[in-house]
Amino acid sequence: MRSQNNHDVTPGLCRDCTAPVLSPADRCGDCGSPRLVFHREINDLAIAHIDCDAFYAGVEKRDDPSLRDRAVIVGGGQRGVVSAACYIARIKGVHSAMPMFKALKLCPEAVVIRPDMKKYSEVGRQIRTLMQAVTSLVEPLSIDEAFLDLSGTERLHNASPAASLNKLLQRIEAECGVTASVGLSYNKSLAKLASDLDKPRGFAILGRGDAQTFLADLPVNRIWGVGKALHRKLRADGISTIAQLRTRDESALVSRYGSIGHRLYNFSRGEDMRRVNPTSTPKNVSTESTFHQDIADLEELKHRLWPLCERLSDRLKAKELAGQTLVLKLKSSKFRITTRSQGLAWPTQLAETIYQFAIPLLENAVGDAPAGSSFRLIGIGVASLGPGEEADPPDLADPDAGHRKRVENVIDDVRDRLGHDAIARGRGMRRKENPGRGR
Amino acid sequence: MKLTIERSTLLKALAHVQSVVERRNTIPILANVLLDASDGTLTLTATDMDLAITEKVDADVSQAGASTAPAHTFYDIVRKLPDGAQVEVETDAAASQLLLRAGRSRFSLSTLPIEDFPVLSGGDLPVAFSLTADELRAVIDRTRFAISTEETRYYLNGIYLHAVEADGEHFLRAVATDGHRLARVETALPAGAEGMPGVIAPRKAIAEVRKLIDETTNPVEVALSDTRMRLEFDGIVLTSKLIDGTFPDYERVIPTDNDKVLVVDSGVFAAAVDRVSTISSEKSRSIKLAVNPGSLTLSATSTENGSATEELEVGYSDSGLEIGFNSKYLLDITSQIEGDEAQFILADPASPTIVRDTADDRALYVLMPMRV
Repeated sequence: MRSQNNHDVTPGLCRDCTAPVLSPADRCGDCGSPRLVFHREINDLAIAHIDCDAFYAGVEKRDDPSLRDRAVIVGGGQRGVVSAACYIARIKGVHSAMPMFKALKLCPEAVVIRPDMKKYSEVGRQIRTLMQAVTSLVEPLSIDEAFLDLSGTERLHNASPAASLNKLLQRIEAECGVTASVGLSYNKSLAKLASDLDKPRGFAILGRGDAQTFLADLPVNRIWGVGKALHRKLRADGISTIAQLRTRDESALVSRYGSIGHRLYNFSRGEDMRRVNPTSTPKNVSTESTFHQDIADLEELKHRLWPLCERLSDRLKAKELAGQTLVLKLKSSKFRITTRSQGLAWPTQLAETIYQFAIPLLENAVGDAPAGSSFRLIGIGVASLGPGEEADPPDLADPDAGHRKRVENVIDDVRDRLGHDAIARGRGMRRKENPGRGR
Repeated sequence: MKLTIERSTLLKALAHVQSVVERRNTIPILANVLLDASDGTLTLTATDMDLAITEKVDADVSQAGASTAPAHTFYDIVRKLPDGAQVEVETDAAASQLLLRAGRSRFSLSTLPIEDFPVLSGGDLPVAFSLTADELRAVIDRTRFAISTEETRYYLNGIYLHAVEADGEHFLRAVATDGHRLARVETALPAGAEGMPGVIAPRKAIAEVRKLIDETTNPVEVALSDTRMRLEFDGIVLTSKLIDGTFPDYERVIPTDNDKVLVVDSGVFAAAVDRVSTISSEKSRSIKLAVNPGSLTLSATSTENGSATEELEVGYSDSGLEIGFNSKYLLDITSQIEGDEAQFILADPASPTIVRDTADDRALYVLMPMRV
């Protein structure tokens, strides 16, 4: 947070030319820019969270300047959800993960663009390379978001972490054509909170001196790891702000909420010992698809599940990961979300295995749904991730497992050389006679 | 119904049948034991619909009749009665209560109608043969540890029993696997078992049978169909559904060209594995075997605990090899080896390894290595 101090000078820097400035000042003494950021601890903090502003929409605007002043929503079709909304659309109340029909009701003039993941991940990689030029400690959280630890980079860049970050944002704008915001603090949780404060093109700082006051009034669900269910439970227990959390003992929090109690206790005091870990692996990998029209027919759902299993498997193989817990997700036409999960005997990354074990989960979930249910979305994912080299070991209970693994490897090889459509399993073929479609 | 029975006789029979009853039951009648008294005999039955155990015991029956009562409660009461007590069991006029009297103790248990008690019929069981209790114990002990608990592959949740012929000899073979290890044990095919169907006996039935035959020396009469099995001995009848599934073609996963033979003293080996594995992480339990001519080095490391090594003298004359295993799986197997020597027949660190008892060629184990 920007902190002004009337009694003595507060250090700061110019967002445009990175020159150091001292408060009180309205404009940069070097370049005359009014974009200044001040904080007592600006030169003492080194943990940052960088998050691109409306990333997908930003990339689309970059590639089509005619979109610059229009509301842009990136997302999947009439039935899909908003993946990203530009700031013009956000003014109308559109936000990501909102169903598209709702977004278009709020902002009917918006230009809707289908996501081009390949393009975004290309830009994401470019940005990551720029980040890694600043520090080797870059922990990516997603395609357009990362933690950076700049401790000890002062000598390397002959600049404070804040100055290096400011230059990095400028390079991202100049070289990748998208804008990003940074949160600078002394730990990851606070850095992540800070990056949200001044968006877009923001530079927000939370120091040891102001974190406590800042946190006090925040709702508890801003704590990383507090989801819907825990939030409800905390509120029911009379804890809705972080200040209220501070009144509880650590042991009381742990006995009431389990191991997350430690985090609640520490974080409410602005403490977070997690390091920026460049090799941290994701917790789960998943993929889902929203249908153009709701589907009630089990066979048709199975048919839709297969390409998702293939896509999930491709991602796992690309990331050299394997999952040992399978999670199937269904969303009904009434927006009720059902998930079913299943532990596997060992980690897998094979589409065939994922499909084989997902089918009973799907049958089970559909069987348990109220009669006549139809579904608008199906998703499949894996958790309990481990290294890909431990995936799919020989199985004494399945003499054909080795054969299936070899077949899938051959298919992957062919696709690598000739493209995804060069070869497919019969299961993926369209069934014309299917009566269940589009009901 | 009215009868008097010696406490220890009743306790033993109740102990046998009540263990079928699940602790949590959605169907109330399944929590009850069926009591049926006539002609100097009390018959007790409990079932979970997949498995039923019936036991007949001597009792002084003054009025024939039947009732059902909560099995665990009934068992707990009888267990707490003093040794040597005579227990009077009687239904009230409306048959809604079961009255128990022993010494100065009085209990009244609520009953459920006997008509509701499900009968797990054996049906027509065309195959019948007899096994000695020793044979049956050996077959179960040497395979049950490898039974899978994985629900998705329900056909692995039991022991696959089938008749095989090898070199003109006929065997009854039992196989269990969870994908990580496989146990295959055989015994001479008993008369009457020729042409028996291959059946998968479920884990719970196996566990109950093993408990029941622990002390008996009498032969066990086995009868089978495609879907049911019945075992009978010492006045006890156990009837169980069989797992409706196809057991994998396990022969194809048993390696045939492993050629590196490691011979260990099974007791010394098991003790060393047990010691070294103290260090292994709780999750993987992995242990490394570094095999060299004449010596074997067991080692384990864990980031939390530290490390351990132990060297053993062994019989081995092939090229050196390092291979990892789950230490628990090694111990499960070695504890079933009765002879002095265990033989490991290895190929390479990524391929299944065969383990055998040098003194007993009826049992064969296959173990998947782990990465270490």
